[in-house]
Amino acid sequence: MQKEDCSELAIQAFADHHVITPPNRLRNAVRLVDEKNVEDPIARAEKALAGLSDEFSKWMAIERDRLVVAHAAILKNGFTPATRDELFRAAHDIKGDAATFGYPFAAAGAESLCRIIEHAPALDRVPAELIAYHINAIQAIVREHATPGTEAMAMEINRKLRLVADEYLATVNRDRPEHLEAVLAPSIAPTE
Amino acid sequence: MYGIDFNKLRFLVCDDNAHMRRILRTLLHSFGAREVYEAEDGATALEMYTHYVPDIVIVDWAMPIFDGIELTQMIRQPDSKGNPFAPIIMLTGHSEKRRVTVARDAGVTEFLAKPISAKGLYQRILNVVVSPRPFIKTKNYFGPDRRRNTSNAYIGPERRGTREPDVIQQPSLLDKARAPG
Repeated sequence: MQKEDCSELAIQAFADHHVITPPNRLRNAVRLVDEKNVEDPIARAEKALAGLSDEFSKWMAIERDRLVVAHAAILKNGFTPATRDELFRAAHDIKGDAATFGYPFAAAGAESLCRIIEHAPALDRVPAELIAYHINAIQAIVREHATPGTEAMAMEINRKLRLVADEYLATVNRDRPEHLEAVLAPSIAPTE
Repeated sequence: MYGIDFNKLRFLVCDDNAHMRRILRTLLHSFGAREVYEAEDGATALEMYTHYVPDIVIVDWAMPIFDGIELTQMIRQPDSKGNPFAPIIMLTGHSEKRRVTVARDAGVTEFLAKPISAKGLYQRILNVVVSPRPFIKTKNYFGPDRRRNTSNAYIGPERRGTREPDVIQQPSLLDKARAPG
């Protein structure tokens, strides 16, 4: 695709805005297909993803180790912009990726940790135990992933961590309405 | 039904996490894409965007140097040398309402929260290819029309200064194809 030629743009001018309709160059990629004779691309992609799954436990271990290293850097150097960003990024990646890797309970623990990092007004005043409990929980969930019967325990750990984290965030943000609203608001983004 | 020839599309994937890039590459290749370029930070992504001129950009929010929102804002420059109209799909672990709004106001075309699914990604790509939205340019916004639906029951203030129908919808390819004759 190339830079649109202005002469190809359909532009409608209004008092305070323009409506611009560029030519849809991607339409060349659309085709009519016979449903009966076409292989479902989504099924094919899911199969390909399943083919990667042998790697997932290794990837999860790498993500967990990154989180542990980021936490160790904070224990050693305190919260600086760099150490804060690395802890958040490590937790945020686990929040986003762990369910894909087959570790949804690790994702839930990481989400709770992300909320603390994002919404606590002063990270150096967050009780160190609260962050440490999250790190330890995520490590334990990953470590015991293959152990039968640990799902209920992982769920209960996450429930309690989230409860304590949310209570803390609600208290420290009582005078910060925009953060309080974000802490209390449910997720609205679709995953499908 | 409608399908997409993915081999006619060029993708740019921007995510600082190598595992996520591998997953995205696997999904796109299994859909049929051949040209998938990857960047691990916003600056590299912008350079690759200018160089490879991708048809669709898939971008993470949190990235080093500059993030997915800043990258989107740099792409959505109406007077830039590059193509400001390319569909941008934001794939991110952020899912709060405030984040979705910020992404929308930066000019993101579609939003997909992690964990990723083949179905969710395919559906977003189908949307941007088959039913592109017109672009709106105002004093402080340039990007795809943020109004996905029109409501006759809307009674709030008009942010656009006209009482006329202020967006002339191009019929989507899907609608055109469905139209008789």
